[in-house]
Amino acid sequence: MFNASLKDLSAMLSGGKISSVELTREFLGRIDALNPEINAFITVDIDKSLMQAKLADAMIASGRAHPLTGIPVAQKDIFCAKDWLTTCGSKMLSNFVSPYDAHVIERFNSVGAVNIGKTNMDEFAMGSSNETSHYGSVKNPWDRQAVPGGSSGGSAAAVAARMAPVATGTDTGGSIRQPAALCGISGIKPTYGLVSRYGMIAFASSLDQGGPMAKSAEDLALMLGLMTGFDSRDSTSLDRPVEDYSRDLDKPLDGLRIGLPREYFAEGLSADVEEAVRAAISEYEKMGATIVDVSLPNTKLSIPVYYVLAPAEASSNLSRYDGVRYGYRAKDYKDLTEMYEKSRSEGFGAEVKRRIMVGTYVLSHGYYDAYYMQAQKLRRLIAKDFSEAFKQCDVIMGPTSPSTAFNLGEKGDDPVQMYLSDIYTIAVNLAGLPGMSIPAGFGKNGRPVGLQIVGNYFSEAKMLNVAHQYQKLTDWHLKMPAI
Amino acid sequence: MQWEVVIGLEVHAQLSTESKIFSGASTAFGAAPNAQACAVDIALPGVLPVLNRGAVERAIRFGLAVGAEVRHRSVFSRKNYFYPDLPKGYQISQFDLPVVLGGEIAILVDGAEKTVKLTRAHLEEDAGKSLHEDFHGMTGIDLNRAGTPLLEIVSEPDMRSSKEAVAYAKELHSLVRYLDICDGNMQEGSFRCDANVSVRPMGSEKYGTRCEIKNLNSFRFLERAIEYEVSRQIDIIESGGVIHQETRLYDSVKDETRSMRSKEEAHDYRYFPDPDLLPLEIAQEWIEKVRGSLPELPAAKRSRYVSDFGLSQYDAGVLTSSKELAAYFEDVAKAGLDPKLCANWVMGEINGWLNKEALEIGQCPISSRSLAGLLNRIQDGTISGKIAKEVFEAMWKGEGEADSIIEAKGLKQISDSGALEKIVDEIIANNPSQVADYRAGRDKLFAFFVGQAMKATKGQANPAQLSEILKKKLSA
Repeated sequence: MFNASLKDLSAMLSGGKISSVELTREFLGRIDALNPEINAFITVDIDKSLMQAKLADAMIASGRAHPLTGIPVAQKDIFCAKDWLTTCGSKMLSNFVSPYDAHVIERFNSVGAVNIGKTNMDEFAMGSSNETSHYGSVKNPWDRQAVPGGSSGGSAAAVAARMAPVATGTDTGGSIRQPAALCGISGIKPTYGLVSRYGMIAFASSLDQGGPMAKSAEDLALMLGLMTGFDSRDSTSLDRPVEDYSRDLDKPLDGLRIGLPREYFAEGLSADVEEAVRAAISEYEKMGATIVDVSLPNTKLSIPVYYVLAPAEASSNLSRYDGVRYGYRAKDYKDLTEMYEKSRSEGFGAEVKRRIMVGTYVLSHGYYDAYYMQAQKLRRLIAKDFSEAFKQCDVIMGPTSPSTAFNLGEKGDDPVQMYLSDIYTIAVNLAGLPGMSIPAGFGKNGRPVGLQIVGNYFSEAKMLNVAHQYQKLTDWHLKMPAI
Repeated sequence: MQWEVVIGLEVHAQLSTESKIFSGASTAFGAAPNAQACAVDIALPGVLPVLNRGAVERAIRFGLAVGAEVRHRSVFSRKNYFYPDLPKGYQISQFDLPVVLGGEIAILVDGAEKTVKLTRAHLEEDAGKSLHEDFHGMTGIDLNRAGTPLLEIVSEPDMRSSKEAVAYAKELHSLVRYLDICDGNMQEGSFRCDANVSVRPMGSEKYGTRCEIKNLNSFRFLERAIEYEVSRQIDIIESGGVIHQETRLYDSVKDETRSMRSKEEAHDYRYFPDPDLLPLEIAQEWIEKVRGSLPELPAAKRSRYVSDFGLSQYDAGVLTSSKELAAYFEDVAKAGLDPKLCANWVMGEINGWLNKEALEIGQCPISSRSLAGLLNRIQDGTISGKIAKEVFEAMWKGEGEADSIIEAKGLKQISDSGALEKIVDEIIANNPSQVADYRAGRDKLFAFFVGQAMKATKGQANPAQLSEILKKKLSA
C-alpha cells in the first residue's frame, strides 16, 4: 500500500477500502521504523496527524472529497504550520511554534490532507546535501553513505523510503530537483509566482518557489493543482486562472522538440549520469520526439550570479532573526550589540553565516554596483538564453545533477565544489522558469540519476505530460530502495 | 563676517490610512502596546508585505498639490540596519526611484513670497518604539507604530533663516491637512521634521558642511534648534574650528543640540530593491482621477480671498492657515455679511478665545451660523461692535444665540433719534461750561459728550447716530 500512487490511494479512500486514519497509521509506522536511521523528519506529531485523518474521514463520509483528502503529506519544515514546530532546519528557530499556516499548508488543510510530519532540510534551505541542518544529516535511502541532496533532502528521502506518499519542497537553486534526482523520485519547481510564498520561510525571495515531490509525474500533477493559485498576501503571486495539470498527461509526444543544451553535456558531467540521461532521451526519440541542439551560453555564469544574488537577499531576509521577538536568544549578554552578536553567532550554522557575510559584502557601499547590479544584468542575459532556446524547442532536457549522490562529508570542506553540484538547476531559478526532475536509471554505484526537464513559463502541464509519457514506458520511478 | 544660513528640511508625514502600509493592522493611535501589531508587523518567519493602495493615493495627492512629477514607476527598497524596534532588520522605503519627484511650495515671510523647491517625496514604513522606562533596566518594544505609512518630504536647501524654515514647515503642515493625507498631529508624531543646517560666508557659492538635527516635533523647537545650531556653527568657524558632518539631537529642555553620531559612525544601509514587492506602477488614469478629487489648496484660496473678498494678504494667510478655519470663515461670510467684518471677528475674537482656551476650531463653542447671527446685528445697527463683544462672550459661555442674549440683557442699541436727542439735550443742559468750551474751539471735548451719552444709555446708543446728533446740537 505504501507504494501505491495518489490516484490509487485516493480511490481506496473514497471507495471505503481504507480509512485515512488507517493510512496515516501505516505511514506513521514506517516513519517510526525508518526515520531513526534516515532522519528525514524533524517533527512527527502522531496526535495532530491522526486528528487530521479523522477529519478527513468525516469529509470523505460526507462526500466532500478531493483527490488529496485523507492523504498523508510530508511538509518541508520551511512551511509555517499552525501549532507545529517550524524550524527551517535551524537552531535559530528550534523553539518556534508557528502561530499561523502558510498558504501552501492552508491549501492542503482545506481539502483535508494529513500533515504526516515536518521534514528535515538544509538550514534555511542553504545547501545541496542536507548536511547544514541543525537536526543532522539525512541519509539517502538508496545508500546510507550518500547524501539525499538538498535542501529538500528530508522530503525527497521521505518519499523515496515510502515514509510518505508525497511531500512538499522548495526550490531556490535546485532544492526540489536535485534531491529528487539523488533520491530517485519526481519533483517539479513551477514557474516563479505560481505557488504563494506566504508562510514559506524566505531564503532568497526572488528565487524561492514551492513545489511538490512525489513518486510520479501523475502524482505531481494532482499536487500542483492544489498548491498553485493566486494569493493576495504575496505580491509576487500571479493572478492566473487555476489549471488542471493532469489534463494533458496522456497526450502523445509526436513532434515534440527536445532541446539539448550543449553546455549541459560538457566537462564536469559524470559518464554514468550522461549515459543514463542519453538513454532516456533515446526513449523520447522512440516516442516520436525530435532532438534539437541548443545553447545556453551563459550557463557558467549562473553560479557566480546566483551566489551574489541569493546571499544578498538572504542577508536581509535573515536579519529578522535577532533574538528579540522569537527564536533563539543567547543566554548571557551584557548589552544589545552582544545580544545580537551572540544570538546570531550561536543560532546560525556555518553555511548560513557564510552566505550572510557574502550577501552583506555584495550589498555594501562601494561594492553594490560591481556585484549586485552586475549580477542582475547577467541574470537577464541568462533568462534571454532560455527564451532564445525556446524558439527552437518545446522543452529542454539534460541531467539534473552532474553526478549521482555524493558521500556524506565528501564536499564538506569545499563550498565551491558543493555549489558546482547545482550547475544545471540554478539558471532555471534565475530565469523564473519551471523545471522538474524524474528518475532515469542508476549510476555505476547504484545511486539514482535524474533527468531534468525545463519548460517555458507556465508550461507545467506540458512538462508533466512529457514526464508522464516517459514514466508510462519505463519503470525507474517505481523502483524502491531496499529498506 | 556676514554669514548666510542654509537650511533644508526632511518632513515625515504620517499618512492617514486606517491600516498600515504593508499589513492590515490598524494605525489608530494610543492602543495598548503591541495590540496593533500583526504577524507581518512583528516580522514572523514567512510573512510578506502587501502595499496599501491608500498610502499610494495619498502620495499622489501630495505630488499633484506641489506640482511635482508623480512617477509612473517607482521602487521599494530595503534599508538594512539592526534595531530592536525594527522587526525585519530592514525598513521598506524608497531609495533611488521615489514616487514623487520635484515640486515646490510657496511661503510668505515678512510679507514677501518665496518659493521652496522640493527634491522628492517617498513612501516608507515607520519603525516601532523602544520603551526604556518601567522595565527595570530592560527595554520594552511596542510595535504598534511599526509599519505605519509615512511620506518623507525632502526639500532643497532653499531656506535662509529659521523663520523661513518655520514658514515652510507650517505651509507644508497646512497643505497635508488640506489634502486630508495626514492629521498633522505633531504631539502624536504624525508630522516630524529633521533639519539640515549649514552656514557659509555671505556671497559664497559653496555650501558649508551640514549637520542634521533630528526629530523636531514642534514649530517652536524647529526654530529654536536651528537658531542654536546656527550660532554653534558660526562660533566654531569664527574661533578657527571646522564643522564635522554629523547627526544631532535637539534637547528642548536644555535648548541645545548635541551630537548623536558622526558621519564615520553612519550606517551602511545596503539598500537594494525589495524582492517581495513588485515595482510600483501608477497609471496615468489613476493620477487623473486623483487630480479630479483635489480640494482647493491654500495658495489658491488665499488669492481668492484677496481678490473676491478684498482681504489683505496677511488676513488671507491667517484665515487659510487651516482648512477648518477657512471653512468656518467662509460659512460666516456667505451669510451676506461684509467679508472684512467677518475676517476681523474670526481672526480676532474667535482665534483669540480659541487660543486662550487651547481649543481647535472644530471645538469652537460658537458655530459659524451663530457668529453670523451676531455679526448681522452689528451690520444692521441693532448693537454696536463694543456691545457685540459682550454678547460674544455670553455666547461663548453657552448663554444662547445673539438675539436672545441681546433681548434678555436689554442690549439693543438705541437708534431712536427722538430718544437720543432727548438724552443729548439733557447732557447739554447739565454741562454748560463744557458746552461753552467746546463751542469756543476745544474739539477734544467731543469725546466727553460721547462718553456721557454712552454712560446714560449704558453703551447702547447707536454710535453713528449719536455722533451726528451731538454734532448738530453742539454746533447749534
